[in-house]
Parts: sequence; structure tokens; C-alpha cells
Amino acid sequence: MNPPDLTPVTIAAGIAGFWILIGAASLVESQRLRFINRLIFPAGAVAGCVLAIIGARALGDPAETLVLPLGLPDLPFHLRLDPLAAFFLFLLGVGAFGVSAYAPGYFSRESAHRLRLLSLQYHVFLASMALVMLADDAYLFMVAWETMALSSYLLVTTEHKLPAVRGAGFLYLLIAHIGAIAILLSFGVLHGGGFADYTFDALRATELTPFWATVAFLLAFAGFGAKAGMIPLHAWLPEAHPAAPSPVSALMSGIMLKTAIYGMVRVIYDLIGDITWQWGLTVAIVGALTSLFGVLYALMQHDLKRLLAYHSVENIGIILIGIGLSMVFIGMGHPAVGALGLIAALYHALNHAVFKALLFLGAGSILHSTGLRDLNDMGGLIHRMPRTALCFLVGALAISALPPLNGFVSEWLTFQTALQAPVLEHGVVRSLLPLIAAMLALAGALTAMCFVKVFGIAFLGQRREPHHPPAGDHPGGDAGLPESIGMAWLGLWCVVLGIFPAVVLMLLNRVAVSLTGHGLPPEALEAGWLWLVPTSAAQASYNPLIFLATIVTVVLLTFVFVRWCYHGRLRRSHPWDCGYPEQTARMQDTADAFGQPIRWIFAPVFRIERRIPAPDDPHPRFELHVEDRHWRWLYLPVARLAEFLSVQVAVLQRGRISTYLLYSFITLLALLVFVR
Amino acid sequence: MTTSLSQQLVNLLAAALLLIAFAMLSQRRVLSLIRLFAWQGMALGASTAIVAYSTAQHHLYYSAALTVALKVVLLPWILHRLIDKLYVRWDVETLINIPTTMLVGIGLAIFAFALATPISEMASTVTHSTLGIALASVLLSFLMMIVRRKAVPQVIGFLSMENGLFFAATSATYGMPLVVELGVALDVLVGTFIFGIFFFHIREQFDSLEIRHMEKLKED
Repeated sequence: MNPPDLTPVTIAAGIAGFWILIGAASLVESQRLRFINRLIFPAGAVAGCVLAIIGARALGDPAETLVLPLGLPDLPFHLRLDPLAAFFLFLLGVGAFGVSAYAPGYFSRESAHRLRLLSLQYHVFLASMALVMLADDAYLFMVAWETMALSSYLLVTTEHKLPAVRGAGFLYLLIAHIGAIAILLSFGVLHGGGFADYTFDALRATELTPFWATVAFLLAFAGFGAKAGMIPLHAWLPEAHPAAPSPVSALMSGIMLKTAIYGMVRVIYDLIGDITWQWGLTVAIVGALTSLFGVLYALMQHDLKRLLAYHSVENIGIILIGIGLSMVFIGMGHPAVGALGLIAALYHALNHAVFKALLFLGAGSILHSTGLRDLNDMGGLIHRMPRTALCFLVGALAISALPPLNGFVSEWLTFQTALQAPVLEHGVVRSLLPLIAAMLALAGALTAMCFVKVFGIAFLGQRREPHHPPAGDHPGGDAGLPESIGMAWLGLWCVVLGIFPAVVLMLLNRVAVSLTGHGLPPEALEAGWLWLVPTSAAQASYNPLIFLATIVTVVLLTFVFVRWCYHGRLRRSHPWDCGYPEQTARMQDTADAFGQPIRWIFAPVFRIERRIPAPDDPHPRFELHVEDRHWRWLYLPVARLAEFLSVQVAVLQRGRISTYLLYSFITLLALLVFVR
Repeated sequence: MTTSLSQQLVNLLAAALLLIAFAMLSQRRVLSLIRLFAWQGMALGASTAIVAYSTAQHHLYYSAALTVALKVVLLPWILHRLIDKLYVRWDVETLINIPTTMLVGIGLAIFAFALATPISEMASTVTHSTLGIALASVLLSFLMMIVRRKAVPQVIGFLSMENGLFFAATSATYGMPLVVELGVALDVLVGTFIFGIFFFHIREQFDSLEIRHMEKLKED
């Protein structure tokens, strides 16, 4: 057999294979326990870097295919690398490098036995995500998809001795499987019966009636939405992310959710093809609700990782808004604006992958160093962990969509898409889109507020629990070298993606052209690498470098001015003293208190339980529980129904062999009569 | 007239087979049940041998020999040893009384014949008319497994169901390939051993071989 040519698709598939291989290699019993942390994770990180380069280079190339003679007999795996897959592989590579570089630091005190399993599951997880993006038939897609779900389930339940973690894992697995069933059914509908195979080419070629196309769309939307964390199927996210080790949360939130976005774009734009604006409006409205509810619930959290998980819900909402707007415009015959919406969504997917992974890694460093996860116990961490604080600040600014960082660019592009609403003919839709944009704006503002809360309460102020030194195996110091490398890499991308948006726009335009056949207007592309112009310079343009220069100048001028006119005598005093003679760290604003105004305004959204102590209580305790209403409205009724039905079915189980024999006897007789 | 004679002989043996199946259904004593089972095996072996002789299918001789060795000699011997060791020679209790069982059995036999008529018309073998009997004895053995309360008769029911299946195979298609038959024979043997081991364990656990006690194992 000839060695295959080193085309990008071969290399990408090879990297997936390499990840599986090093995952298996980490199972080897070794006397040197440092082997995994010193060798396996860095090797995985380098592979991620190579994958990012391959992805970036393949963005402009036409699609390439590869047939692997694996799998069942006569059912080989088909792989294909087109610009869309290349873009998501790039995303995966960038994220995987950061997280894999970080992981050795985080896992440095794991026991050897657990580390082996973790490393295996972790690398299989990475490889399965790469294969999801490379798959060119429904069969390989589903195999990779389920491998991804199972390996991430095992990673989530790393701490499986805790009942809460097992519960979270079960919920995750349940929703993942419901989603997978919907996706499978969607492929079935797309296939349309007959004897053709399940390659994506065959699925593309199937002609569907509008009704069945809508069924396929709804199934795919629900199935991928469940994985992405779309409301109301988001319930697993805030449970699973806090349960998982932090690098795993970073991977799941940063990249795995994006595989769902990838699948959605792949099925809707590529496989179904004929997009109608009604579908787009559904996606956009669900996206707007998802982003608003996500951020509102995020504001109520005081567990840092839960809070970040709800922000993932919010950001998935923003991506869905972009996709939905794009579909509305394409469905109404404005493909150029539709391409802009798609680009905005993909851009945000990349941005979210970078900054959310960064934030989860930052949360992981705090947890690793201090053992704290509750914001109400943190405080003043900037003194102990300056490097982590800096990286976390970059991530927080990026997710709050502040220029000149990357979050701003993609949200701005989404707004620009929504602002193109006047070109539409349909009055209702034309008036709905600004409403969606308004919800997006509200969500953005609330996100900024939420991260003021996180950064202010965790890193600034004073230590809240001075009597609790870092317990047992928590070193209490700043992030080590591997952790810093991982976070700095992701932070760097936050800046790069924010400063050079026009380059990214150009690359993403190729993805849009390959998917929809239309790209941005030439005026937008000719604006050069400095200016970001979504439609035409007369409408809107943005230059991050000028922004950056202005910010730097203002900061410098202020600094100089203050130095110049300040008298220069330094005085140390307690911050926020306000003249009180006696003050403790517990007098600081807490996370719950910071969210109180929002809790008050949006009270109907939450399920709030408060216990206020009586005035004469000698040990007063204030208790507050804020719950997601979806639990009571949707999940518990469904769970009760399932339980009721199981009890009904359990009547069949009598425990008597005679009865069981009778069942099979009657079945046999019935079948005999039926066959006759 | 050899064909006709052999066909008559096969039909006779088939009738004996069905009769024995009914006898087993109505038999209360374990020892007699085992004896009947051995007779059924004997009838099966003889009919297989006759089919082999009349159609000159040599591999059927082997299966006939195998049947006799296994079902007339070995399995009854194992079962005898088993009930000796377990000390379960007493009467067999049934869930439904025996006349009712017999009536249900007659209904099943009619059903089996009605079912087999269209199939046996298609079959071109000399033995095609006996397919209904084969099916009836399978169903009767199944019925026996359902209505018996003790474990040993249930196993005998299971073994005799295998007899019926074997007879169906010979009558419809001159038997399965020898390899398959060898495999099935081995399966039955191994199954009997496993059942024997289980019996001891069940009795150790519950002090009796009543299936009723295993209802406790049900998950609540």
C-alpha cells in the first residue's frame, strides 16, 4: 500500500489518530509518574497547534475528501475537509493547545491511576471532536458524536464518588442522548428512505418536500441545541461544568458546544440547503431568549464555575442569534447580509471558544490554588495570584464585549446584521429583528455587570476568610508555568482576534462563500486589513487599532496628569473605609448582594426562596436560594411522567418464571398467527 | 412399496411422539416423566433412522445415533442421578389442574395443525405430513414448562421441546446440516449440566426447588 499523500485532510485525520494513540499510551504502567504530565499532555498540545495551522491553511482551499477503510465491512468512514470544517478544526486546535498546555499544571497532584484514565479520556475526547468536524457521512458523524458524549461524560464524572457529580453526569448523559436521537432522526429524514448510503453527498442530493425539510430542520435544531445548551435544554450545563475538572470544563464549554454549532450549520446550510425565513426567525428568537435567560441566571450565581456555565448558555444564544438572522436574510433573498450574519456567528463561536476556555482555566487556577469555588469566600486574590488575575481580566473584558478585544467585534457584527433589517420586505420580521437586537444589547450589558461582579469580588477587595489557610493539597500560590502558558496563549488570541478582525473576516468570508454561494460585498473586502467594514463604509466601520491607541493615550495622559498635579505624598489606608473605625472583610459587597438589583427587577424570572431571621434571633442567618424555573416547569413534570410510565410497565415484572414463559409463549403464538 | 411403508412407519412414530407429549403433560410423577422423555427420544431416533434409510441420506444415521445416545441414554441417566441427589421423587405439582391443561393442549394441537397445513403442502419431503405434529409437540412442551411449578419438570419440558424442534427439522427438510445438529446436541447437554448446577444452588438458597420462591428475587 502506498503511503497516502500528505494532504491537509490526511494530516487532520492523522492528528485525531495521534490523540487516540497518546491517550492509549498514557495507560502504560510506568514507574515514572511524571511521564503523562511531562510528555503526553505537551505532545497533545503540539498536535493541537499543528491542527490549528492545518485548519487555517485549508480555509481557502477547495474541499478535499478521504475514505478510510475502517468501521464495518462495506461501510468505510468518509472524511472531508471543506472551509467550514477547516475553520472549526482551527478553533479546536487553538483551544486544545491552550487547555493541553494548562492541564499538566492543574493535574500535577492527581494520583497516577486517575491521571492515566483522565489522560486517556481527555485525548479520546479531543480526537472525537476532530472526527465530528471531519466526518462526511452520517455514520462516522454519529460514531464520533457519541464517542464525544461518552468520553466527556466520563471526564465529568471524574469525581464519581460524590453523589452530586454522579447526578450531574446522569443529567448530562440523558440530555446528550435525547439530542443524539433527534440528530439521528434528522439524518433519517434527510436520507428520505431508499437504498442510498448515508454519505453527506447522498443527503445533500435528496429532494425533500417543504414539510419534511421542516421536520429535518426542527429535529436537527433540537438535537444540536440540546448539546449546545439552548434554552430550555440547557439544564445540564450548569450542573456538568462545575462537576468536571477545570480543563475539561474549558474544553467542553469552549469547544464541545461549538461542535453542536458546527453540526447545526452543517445540517441546515449544507445538507438541507433550502432555508426558509420562518426557520431563521425560530432560531433567532430562541437564541435571543437563550442569551437573556443565560445571563440573568448567571448574575444570580455565586459558584464561579456555575456562573461561567450560564455564560456559556448566554454566548450560545448570541451565536444562535447570528445564525438565525443569517437564515432570515437568506430565506428572504438577501444572501449577502445572510453571509454577514453567518460570519458574525462563526466569529463569535471562535471568540467564545477562546475567552470562555480562558475564564474556565482561570477559575481552575483559583480552585487549584485555594480550593475555593464560591465567590462569597474569595476576595483579594489579585495579591496572591497576579498572573491569573491578569489573564482572567483579559478574558472578562473580552466576554463583556469591550473594545478592542475580540468579544466586541463579533457582537458588533451581529448587531450590524440585525441593523440591516430595513432591507426586508416583511413588516413583522422587520420590526422583530430590532427587538432581538435589543435583547442582545441587554444581555451584553448584563454580562459586563456580571464580570464586574466576578472580578471585583474574587480578585479585588480583601480576603473574606482569613482564618482558613489553603487546605491540605492546595498550595495557595499563583498559577505555575504550564498553567500560565495555557492562559497566556488564550489571552493572546483574545487580543489578536480583537485587533485584526478584518483578516478574520476575510477568512470567514471564504467559509460563507463555500456554504451559501455568496459572500460579503466587494466594498467590505476591499477596505483592507486595518478597517473592519461589514457592508459599506458609509454605514459602519470599526478600527480596533485606533480604539486601542485612544485608550492607551487616554490612560497615559491621565497617569501623567495625575502625577503632575498630585502632591505626591503617599498614604496607606484601608480601602472603602468610609470612616468606620471597625471593619471586617465580611463587610464587603458579596456576589449575591451585587446581583440583588437585577434579582429585584427580574423577580418573576427566578424562583427565589429567602429566609430572613427574626429580629430577636441570637444567631441570625440569612439564606437565599435562587433556582432556575425550568426545573419545575419542564424537567420535573417530564421526570414524573417517565416515573409513572415506568411503574405502569413494571407491572409486567412479576418475578415468576411461569409468567415470563407465558409471555414468550403468547408472543410466539401471536407471531405464528401473524406470519400465516 | 418401500416408500409407502416407511412413510407409514414415520407417521406412526410421529403419532407416538405426539401421544408421549400429551402423556408428559398429564404425568404427575417425575420418574415417569423421565421415562416418557426417554421413550420420546427413542421414537425420534427411530423415525430419523427410517427417514435416513428411505431417502438414503447418510448423515441422518449419525443424527439418529446421536439422538439415541444422548436422549435415551445419557440425559435420562443424568436426570435420574439428579433427582436421586436432590431427593425430589415426589409428585409434581401443577399450576393449573391436569384436565384443563389437557384441554388447552388439544386446542394448541389443533392450532399447530391449522398452522402447518399450508407449509407442509409446500414441502416435498416424504415426511411433510408430520410437520403439524412436530409443531404441536413443541407447543405442548412449552405449555408444560409454563404450568409446572418445580424446576426439574420445567427442564424436562425444555428438553422435550428440543425433541419437537429436531423432529420438525427432519420432517420439513430432512434435518439440519450435521454440524448444526452436533452443536445443538452439545448445547442441550451443556444446558442440562448448567441446570443441574443451578438446581443445587437454588435448593441451597431456598431449601426447595419451588419456582415460587424465586419471586423474591424481583427488583422492587
